[in-house]
Amino acid sequence: MSGGMLLLVTALLPVAAAGGVLLLRKSPNVREASTLIFGALTFWHVLGLLHRVQEGERPRLDMLEVVPGVQLAFELEPLGMVFALVASFLWPVTSLYAIGYMRGHHEENQTRFFFFFAIAIAGALGVAFSANLFTLFVFYEFLTFCTVPLVTHHQTEEAKKSGRVYLGILLTTSVGLQLVAIIWTWVLAGTVDFRTGGILAGTASTGVLSAILVLYVYGVGKAAVMPFHRWLPAAMVAPTPVSALLHAVAVVKAGVFTVLKIAVYVFGIDLLATLTTTSWLAWAAGATIILASLVAFKKDNLKARLAYSTISQLSYIVLGALLANELGIIGGGMHIAMHAFGKITLFFAAGAIMVAAHEKKISRMHGLGRTMPITFGAFFVGSLSIIGLPPAGGAWSKWFLAMGTLEAEQYGLLAVLMLSTLLGLYYLLEVPVKAFFFAPPEDAHRSEGIHEAPTPSLIAICITAAATLGLFIWPEVWRELMTMVVGGAG
Amino acid sequence: MSEHLPALLVVVPLILAPVAALSNRPRAAFAAAFAGCWWALYASLALLTRVRSEGVISYALGGWAPPYGIELRLDLVNAFVAVTVATIGAVVIPYAWTSVKKEITEDRIPLFYTAFLLMLSGLLGITVTGDVFNVFVFLEISSLSAYSMIALGQDRRALTATFQYLIMGSVGATFIVIGIGFMYVMTGTLNMADLAERLPAVMDNRTIPVAFTFLTVGITLKLALFPLHLWLPNAYTYAPSAVTAFMASTATKVSVYLLLRFFFTIFGFAFAFGQMRLNMVLMPLSLVAILAMSLVAIYEINVKRLLAFSSVAQIGYMVLGISFGSVLGVTAGLLHIFNHALMKGALFMAMGCVMYRVGSVQLSKMAGLGKKMPWTMAAFVGGGLSLIGVPLTVGFISKWYLVQAALEQGNWLVAGLVMIGSLMALVYIWKVVEVAYFQEADSDVEIREAPLSLLIPTWVLVIASFWFGIDASTTAQVATDAAELLLRGGS
Repeated sequence: MSGGMLLLVTALLPVAAAGGVLLLRKSPNVREASTLIFGALTFWHVLGLLHRVQEGERPRLDMLEVVPGVQLAFELEPLGMVFALVASFLWPVTSLYAIGYMRGHHEENQTRFFFFFAIAIAGALGVAFSANLFTLFVFYEFLTFCTVPLVTHHQTEEAKKSGRVYLGILLTTSVGLQLVAIIWTWVLAGTVDFRTGGILAGTASTGVLSAILVLYVYGVGKAAVMPFHRWLPAAMVAPTPVSALLHAVAVVKAGVFTVLKIAVYVFGIDLLATLTTTSWLAWAAGATIILASLVAFKKDNLKARLAYSTISQLSYIVLGALLANELGIIGGGMHIAMHAFGKITLFFAAGAIMVAAHEKKISRMHGLGRTMPITFGAFFVGSLSIIGLPPAGGAWSKWFLAMGTLEAEQYGLLAVLMLSTLLGLYYLLEVPVKAFFFAPPEDAHRSEGIHEAPTPSLIAICITAAATLGLFIWPEVWRELMTMVVGGAG
Repeated sequence: MSEHLPALLVVVPLILAPVAALSNRPRAAFAAAFAGCWWALYASLALLTRVRSEGVISYALGGWAPPYGIELRLDLVNAFVAVTVATIGAVVIPYAWTSVKKEITEDRIPLFYTAFLLMLSGLLGITVTGDVFNVFVFLEISSLSAYSMIALGQDRRALTATFQYLIMGSVGATFIVIGIGFMYVMTGTLNMADLAERLPAVMDNRTIPVAFTFLTVGITLKLALFPLHLWLPNAYTYAPSAVTAFMASTATKVSVYLLLRFFFTIFGFAFAFGQMRLNMVLMPLSLVAILAMSLVAIYEINVKRLLAFSSVAQIGYMVLGISFGSVLGVTAGLLHIFNHALMKGALFMAMGCVMYRVGSVQLSKMAGLGKKMPWTMAAFVGGGLSLIGVPLTVGFISKWYLVQAALEQGNWLVAGLVMIGSLMALVYIWKVVEVAYFQEADSDVEIREAPLSLLIPTWVLVIASFWFGIDASTTAQVATDAAELLLRGGS
């Protein structure tokens, strides 16, 4: 199969899975089996693509010309590969988890849930494969719309309100800022293709380009740079598998991926380093890292705390892009993968606690560790990765990011990274520590029946926790891909 | 026959109109209207194809050579508009059969089809003619038939709405005819091409700027540019559903075309934009239209009325495009004529489906419709996505060109305001979505999905609004060529 066709088939597999979900809605077991099989198939195809990209091939597919000069087209390069690998691997794992969760939690409308879930993955792959800004924007918005039914899944008053915030912020930023920036780029450069070295250099004055950079960074609302972060905590009303895969991996990573992609292929590192707003925006990302960590501190609701932790971690990647040097880009790209595995483990654990013990608040989880050791053990591993400590994968990406700040001589930002590590140590490790070592609250009438989460969910948790540890030992594939992005030999 | 196609395009529906009236039976009248609309679609498509390959078609009516006889003159611009009008007519007419049976008493149905045919031929006549007095005649034909169709609405307020429109519309038409009269006095000709040649010699005379002003006011009243839009919301709200769908997608669009024709072809860009500074008037007014009317739409609780205000805002986008006075801007305006016809037609037709089953389009009556009428509401969401300007819909294509036109002139403020307009569209569409999908329906009222005879035409437009958003290369090319033609000043 030619590379271009392979891209198309890979992106369409989740759509086929969605179709399967609809057709097989009468028998839930077969329905879920189809999701898992299609998920595994998708990942297998992505692995096939990985092989080609490592060989230096850049699979490309021109679908059609939407307006003269602007194509709807796919082209896979190493950075897109990183995102596609992460999303396609975690999709079947999350589906496995969701089977246990949705049934254990007695959720309604499960067919609609699995349908839009698969569609959202197709959107994420579309973002990863985009060959130009226009295609990227199409799938970016597609991802926004097809996740709305998932966020508002419970159709309660709270879900409705969250849906408003979610759509409101994501569309305000993307239409109001990002789209203007894209059209501006088109007017200036006459192309919207992603090209090595960028397309904007020399097309306008530094002032104009600096302004466009601001439009891009804030316009990608999915990257959740403050003050456009409120949609992410709002999205937490969704069932936990949605929070885990979409709002810790697919949707938010689509955002930071877009920022990285724009930094490398629209501006180019060299141009980026000369713009006045680059370092301001880097500091805005730095501020988000610290502020979001502080808010996370205050949150007693576990999912809310994880959401703010995600906001903080996303800005690591934005910061990496804005350091405008190779180490920063490598660190940012690797962090897409490292954070994904760590954070999905944390969300899986949070959901497992909700299903098994019906607890959402951290203060009421004391002592639960003894009854749910695997869940809290996994939470501990995930926390290590997010904080950036060995032996978890997060240590590597943080290492490169820190090196990047040194290379850029931004010692203040290095301090930001270190401070956030300290904060993370507290607000994340508090959870497993208290669960293992503190006595249960006195009014907690814990029945004897509490035990670990349903088996499918437990298997999923173990897979991601093991992967998080594995990434510390084998980070090579990510580093190699990211080195190809910045033009090194790998 | 094909050489007479420009005339037959208008004449066939015009002759079928009395046939429909004389038959005096709903079925026969419908057959006549159906034949008229599909003939117009065929003829306009054939003409557009010919214009694209052979260039301008000039047709001397009755063999009297222009500029003395009446000339029908088709170039890319009006062929494109004629196709838009005919497309909507052809899609709305099968829809009307079911919808009208429910909303209009049976003895008046033949008259409805008569008026529909008259309006269609009037609009097509305005579009293809090369003679300014002829424009006025066809304008009156289409307006009078529009008044009578609005008056057929069930709600008694339809009568006051009609009266309001009648007064305002007649004022507009009078202004236009005064403008034409002044031009005739100064040049002694009514032929558009001839006028364009003779006007420059008399530009210095004050009569011409006065004629220009009368025409500007008259046309902007007809196309409902803020603040001359007051007739529109009531007319759209109380007219029968099929009439609203047809009018909203065609009547104002043809007036936008008139604006282009008068300002660019007859007066010329240099006079209209250089000397008269038309952009200084049109740009602020269209921006106010976009923002203020979207704001009003957000607070509307009758969905047809909400869409009517949204139409006034969308007309703002078309006029805004024109006011840039650049190829990109005029392209955006022309594209939006076609694109908005598709999406607004779909939206009003979806509301017609609701009207058919629920008997009301008040927001409060639409609770839970997402479950009870899934296809209707899905069509509404589809049309709504276009209105917001989501990529891969026609609305996005319009915005892509419009914002480009603004940024090309370094006018980032206007670019930003256009985007704010899109976001306001999101708010009023989402408001309807929330009611339809998140509120529980009254369980004691039995509501079923609309019949297929309504759903299929509706979905044809919804699918078209995605189709031409995914592959806009043809429409964009035609619009760009047409815009270049207009700005060159020739026709």
